[in-house]
Amino acid sequence: MSAGVATSLVTNAAGRRVPTHVNGREQAPYKGVNQHCSTGNKAAPPIRSSSDYPANGDKRVPDLETALRLCGLRDGMTISSHHHLRDGDRVALTALQTAARMGAKDLVWFPSASFPCHEPVIDLMKSGAVHHIEGSMNGPLGDYCSHGHMRGLGVLRSHGGRWQAVQDGEVHIDIAVIAAPTADFFGNADGSHGRSACGSLGFALADSVYADRVIVVTDNLLPFPCVPWQIQGNNVDYVVEVDSIGDPSMIVSGTTQITRSPDRLRISELVARFLRDCGIMRDGFSFQAGAGGIALAFVDYLAGMMKQANVKAGFVRGGSTKYLVDLLNEGLIGYILDGQTFDLDAVHSIASNPRHVATSPFTSYNFHGKGNFASMIDAAVLGATEVDVNFNANVVTHSDGRLLHGIGGWQNCLFAGCTILAVPSFRDRIPVIVDEVTTVTGPGELIDVVATERGIAINPRRQDLLDAVKGKGLPIRPIEELQTEVEKICGGKPAKPRLLDRPVAVVKWVDGTVLDTVWQVVDDNPYAPKVSGGE
Amino acid sequence: MPAAAKISTSRRGEAGRAGDDVRSDLYVSFEERGSGGIEIDLRSRVELYYGEVIRRQVRDVLCALGIEHAFIEIVDEGALPFMIAARIEAAVRRAGLAQRKSVLPEAATLAAPSQRDRLRRSRLYLPGNEPKYFINAGLHGPDAVILDLEDSVHYAEKDAARLLVRNALRAVDFGAAERMVRINQLPLGLADLEEIVPQSPDLILIPKVETADQVSDVVGAIDSIAKGASVARPIWLMPILESALGIENAFAIATAAERIAAITIGLEDYTADLGVAKTAGGSESLYARMRVVNAAHAAHVQAIDSVYGDVADTEGLLHWGEASRAMGFEGMGCIHPVQIEIIHRAFAPSPNELEKVLAIVAAFEEAQARGLAVVSLGSKMIDAPVVQRAVKLVALARKMGIIADEPTAGEAS
Repeated sequence: MSAGVATSLVTNAAGRRVPTHVNGREQAPYKGVNQHCSTGNKAAPPIRSSSDYPANGDKRVPDLETALRLCGLRDGMTISSHHHLRDGDRVALTALQTAARMGAKDLVWFPSASFPCHEPVIDLMKSGAVHHIEGSMNGPLGDYCSHGHMRGLGVLRSHGGRWQAVQDGEVHIDIAVIAAPTADFFGNADGSHGRSACGSLGFALADSVYADRVIVVTDNLLPFPCVPWQIQGNNVDYVVEVDSIGDPSMIVSGTTQITRSPDRLRISELVARFLRDCGIMRDGFSFQAGAGGIALAFVDYLAGMMKQANVKAGFVRGGSTKYLVDLLNEGLIGYILDGQTFDLDAVHSIASNPRHVATSPFTSYNFHGKGNFASMIDAAVLGATEVDVNFNANVVTHSDGRLLHGIGGWQNCLFAGCTILAVPSFRDRIPVIVDEVTTVTGPGELIDVVATERGIAINPRRQDLLDAVKGKGLPIRPIEELQTEVEKICGGKPAKPRLLDRPVAVVKWVDGTVLDTVWQVVDDNPYAPKVSGGE
Repeated sequence: MPAAAKISTSRRGEAGRAGDDVRSDLYVSFEERGSGGIEIDLRSRVELYYGEVIRRQVRDVLCALGIEHAFIEIVDEGALPFMIAARIEAAVRRAGLAQRKSVLPEAATLAAPSQRDRLRRSRLYLPGNEPKYFINAGLHGPDAVILDLEDSVHYAEKDAARLLVRNALRAVDFGAAERMVRINQLPLGLADLEEIVPQSPDLILIPKVETADQVSDVVGAIDSIAKGASVARPIWLMPILESALGIENAFAIATAAERIAAITIGLEDYTADLGVAKTAGGSESLYARMRVVNAAHAAHVQAIDSVYGDVADTEGLLHWGEASRAMGFEGMGCIHPVQIEIIHRAFAPSPNELEKVLAIVAAFEEAQARGLAVVSLGSKMIDAPVVQRAVKLVALARKMGIIADEPTAGEAS
């Protein structure tokens, strides 16, 4: 049985049934946007003394096994990793396999995201070495969890939610294993240099600060000091040098290509026109960009309009790519506040341009902080797998209930001044606008605009936006009208796939409350397209 | 009946495509049976959402085709209902059955019938056997879509594409775009017309026309099919001149029929006919293009240019389009939706040009009001043909939506 502790289900403020306990811990059900404010103090790691560490600063040990042993590896521990190396990562899997070989059982893996390269963790779950995963799951891992094979419940958090959970003590990291493209023997580490360079290391920052023990693993050990350092050696227990932390070709892409799909280009252009025509595109404005097909193309269209109108953006939060870097170099944007670095041009830029700044989920996203960048952004353009007629959206599951994507920064970005979901109106005959989403990942009150190739729907709560675009020639349409049109094209409303009444994972809201439940899937469609989502 | 069933050899037919790289299409394998009703083996990407709907449609389509016993295998990559119907019909016909029957999808609402002289700046080519491009084609705002049955369709797929295009003409909402079909050369094109004409396409492109007689043959076929099917909307023609002989006969072709609204040129075939390379500058086809422009204007039909083949080169397209407009063409073809907006820009009068012609028209109107025969602007006298051209250009700019419509007396309040 999942969870291991008797749990009951309650209905939360989003109208969703959610478990009262997850993996033995009591949970607060979602109460509404900005309704759950925690009190008390943050969690903290044990106090350490410098006298327990080598005075010469050299914290190197021969291998990962030694490091894990010195960290006091025991059954049931929580081991964390970051996903800046994306599908090229070799460190997280090696750490878990090493722990398994050392005889550890019932470990909890707490990655900031998982990728297809982590599929062998399934074997570790089958053998009992790993109990469950708390982090995004997709591809084979997602299928394993969706079919109810995992012993514990999956817990899906946003990037900001992961920081919140760690700092609030909801998740206690026993050992953080941090893959570092560059480090020195003291443990100072950074992602901007080295053959495995990945840009920012922001996702590992919470782990380095809050874990009981921290291991830095690098394939590019520099003489002290490693500058710049995003990870401070003063938080690090051990440094391990290895031949390779990952496959550089899978860490960053050599080139980033803008989509040539006519429909995606049309959606992108509509989004850019919307931002221009509703007045958000003005001198000093800011926006969120990503590396997805539509996100890249929208930036390209917007840049053209900015040039034409002689408008410059103050800063952009990304998801940095060559396209964003070009705009930075052209002076069209003031700063890139970088959460993830997607291609080689962006990696070179973050390493050399002081206006291209590495950020972390703490600065950008953390809800339990004294503010964050996400809510300061004028516009965020995001994707979704489904959106309902009340603008609630799903980003974690496919319409058949299978886990498809991690939340990433998606939930956190909903706090932008204007949140736009840029989605095709249907995919493979499956309508994207539905009566009710399979899994609520974002509440409709934070989602302002849904832009499809067939028109733009504005949330009726945003009368200001409706007024701003009046008479501008944009195809503004009620969301119900888009839904009806697409259902007519697709041949009626799609049937709802059956799901078992058994939770396999929960979706957390940014404040740590439980927003929705992911249920075990029943029907397997052997001809369903293979899914390999990102974080 | 049972005896007949025993001796009948089962007939098979296949149609469509499936596979990892295929979207919005399906593969159908149909096998006639002597008894046992309809057996369906369906594998679909969208099984969980539309599996039952698809099975019901398969039964309905087979029933309408008069098939009672069959085994039908379908691999579906998320095809829409009008595509599914067309592929099943193609497979059944390829099995040699139901030759005189067809299953038509529900009809979408059509835009107003098209005018002979409507805007035809951009026409977006849609390969007739690639249904995934159909459904959103109108959203990109071309003046026309061309459902192509000719060069973009493999010879072995002509029959299947014809049914797909027929269903698309009926079921797909192409918005304000004029619905054009490029048929094959006769006699193959006759079979295309049989399926296409009853669905009221707005315009038919006739490929590789070399003589006026070829146009007359097509007109004869259209007239008789349209009459039989009670087609009320106009069906215009656009002959494509693609050879040296076709160019020589341009005027005769342009005046061959009342239905002709435009003539156009196909540069790939034309340069092949001359045995020369097609260059980016296009100097090898300059004469042919000018000949087409002149013949069209002499015949009072539109002159439409060929396509620009390099989708990535948007600058090159803009220059080609601007030069094309300067020569007297009124539009050209697009092979990708990103070309549409650029072509519309190329064929629009420039702000400078507009300012001038608006001033001329204003001066003309003032002269008219004052009863003056001579129109002058500043110190210059304006000739009558210049005034005429200015009036035409202002009207065109209104059509393109570049300048606002003048309120007519009726609208003024």
